[in-house]
Amino acid sequence: MSKTLSRTLLPRLLHALALAAFVAFALFPLFWLLKVSLTPDDLMYGEGVRLWPSRVTLDHYGAVLRHSQFPLFFRNSLIVSTATGLLATAAASAAGYAFSRFRFPGKAWVVGVMLISQMFPLVIIVAPIFRLLAPLGLTNSLTGLVVVYTAFNTPFAAFLMQSFFEAIPKDLEEAAMMDGATRFQALRRVILPLTLPGLAATGGFVFTAAWSELLFSLMLNSSAAVSTFPAGLLGFVSKFSVDFGQMMAAGVLALLPVGAFFLLIQRYLVQGLTAGAVKG
Amino acid sequence: MATITLSNVSKDYGGGPVLRGIDLEIREGEFVALMGPSGCGKSTLLRLIAGLEEPGGGQIRIDGRLVNDVAPKDRDLAMVFQSYALYPHMTVRENMSFALKQRRLPQAEITRAVEAAAAKLGLTTLLERKPKALSGGQRQRVAMGRAIVRQPKAFLFDEPLSNLDARLREQMRYEIRKLHRELGATSVYVTHDQVEAMTMADRIVALNDGAIQQVGGPQDLYDTPANLFVAGFLGSPPMNFLDATLAPDGALVVEGQTLARVPPPAGPRPAGLVPGAAVTLGLRPERLALTTPTDGVPARVDLVEPTGTGQVVHLALGAQRLKLFTMGGAAWRRATPWA
Repeated sequence: MSKTLSRTLLPRLLHALALAAFVAFALFPLFWLLKVSLTPDDLMYGEGVRLWPSRVTLDHYGAVLRHSQFPLFFRNSLIVSTATGLLATAAASAAGYAFSRFRFPGKAWVVGVMLISQMFPLVIIVAPIFRLLAPLGLTNSLTGLVVVYTAFNTPFAAFLMQSFFEAIPKDLEEAAMMDGATRFQALRRVILPLTLPGLAATGGFVFTAAWSELLFSLMLNSSAAVSTFPAGLLGFVSKFSVDFGQMMAAGVLALLPVGAFFLLIQRYLVQGLTAGAVKG
Repeated sequence: MATITLSNVSKDYGGGPVLRGIDLEIREGEFVALMGPSGCGKSTLLRLIAGLEEPGGGQIRIDGRLVNDVAPKDRDLAMVFQSYALYPHMTVRENMSFALKQRRLPQAEITRAVEAAAAKLGLTTLLERKPKALSGGQRQRVAMGRAIVRQPKAFLFDEPLSNLDARLREQMRYEIRKLHRELGATSVYVTHDQVEAMTMADRIVALNDGAIQQVGGPQDLYDTPANLFVAGFLGSPPMNFLDATLAPDGALVVEGQTLARVPPPAGPRPAGLVPGAAVTLGLRPERLALTTPTDGVPARVDLVEPTGTGQVVHLALGAQRLKLFTMGGAAWRRATPWA
């Protein structure tokens, strides 16, 4: 009895330990972010490395919200990420549906080109993109960022959506069409409600990608009025010092919408990603 | 109710023809089974009628109107899918209302129609459930309900019973047949199951390799099959095919034994049926009988399969094998010399 118990207990214990170690490793930077954001300036370097400061303060948050441009960056990020999320998900759904349901000339080419577009390191194309956007007045603008982010996120999102559509039997929309629906009505009334988890997963993925993007935001937009928060965070690094407290406080604030969003779609996300993974 | 007419319909997906030169007239109120092995094109033919596939050539008419370019939604046909294809996010009631809502019927009328159909199929207590909370048989019924609530011009069935267990299948077979008798609607029923085709259809369309092999009443196909395919497809256990030689006196000789005689021809004798010709002799297992040693052809009993109603006796006639079905209860044992 004790023998079998130890035989099942030990692997489980190791399993739990391994998971705990991984979670600790993954979450520690977030914990540190929070800790530093709450540490008063006078204790920042004075207490050495401690897991928790002897005194906590919300001063950094106050300063960030009242005396920095962070609220502006935050608003810009929210606009850009939401617009990108909506546009890319809409485009990706249409493309994914076409890939999964139709045979059309040039399909293999379209898929191939979309794959190729994912293969370049973005740094290589920053300069040409700048060159393209400048005459259109899309540098130093939020619209320019939305266009670029949508373009770069749509291919992967389309493949993701394709796998969700493929998990839905064709019979369902054929049944709807026999029942008097056009293909579009079948899509809207039967297929789309069943793809909600997939839409949520794709939307969340694109939103997060746009939310945390730094390179293009930094290169295309130079004025503070149109900076997103990842670029704005760099503003806390001055020539002679880094204001870690405010920077971390801004970081924590920037995490909130993403965290809230994922909490909201979490159920769909797991369901969606696993369904896509199994069938895709 | 409608007539469905196919003239010279063909279909090719790019890997060779799936359907070739299909000519078929389905009459008003008729129950027609499209029967054949998997890959014979029967489901494709049904989907062409439904409008879910476009024909490569030929014409499809419903009530005389050419529908080649008419969308499925405008053909007013109802289809029952093998997978049932119930909308998983809708209740039974919503599933059955879907088509009527598409047509923008008044809500009161929809409710009345759905409840009448539900009562007919014994679904009344299940109307507020989602499909995932239903058993296989209940889902099948909902799929039927979704079709009959519309009172369409014709019903199309794509192997609707193949996901059910044997007992349920028999029951649904009976119920579909009864529904057809009540509603009198033209029905096209795809199946690979010859028992379903035989028991349900007014006429069977036997398909193989993308072409119609024979069209006729079940008993006609059974008694006078047009070719080896139809002869071998209908009947269980299937027809015995034996290599035989035609003797000058009309006897059909198998392994040196005369098994049958060619009846004197009523009309002109088929080409090739000349004395000495090698022919295939088809014998239905249930038309053979066991008899006394003095009166018959000797064969060896190889295996006996009891079926409850009788036995299937596997026989060796020289180098050839054949089966015999007998209702007799005699205990035939393996290797018993039989004369």
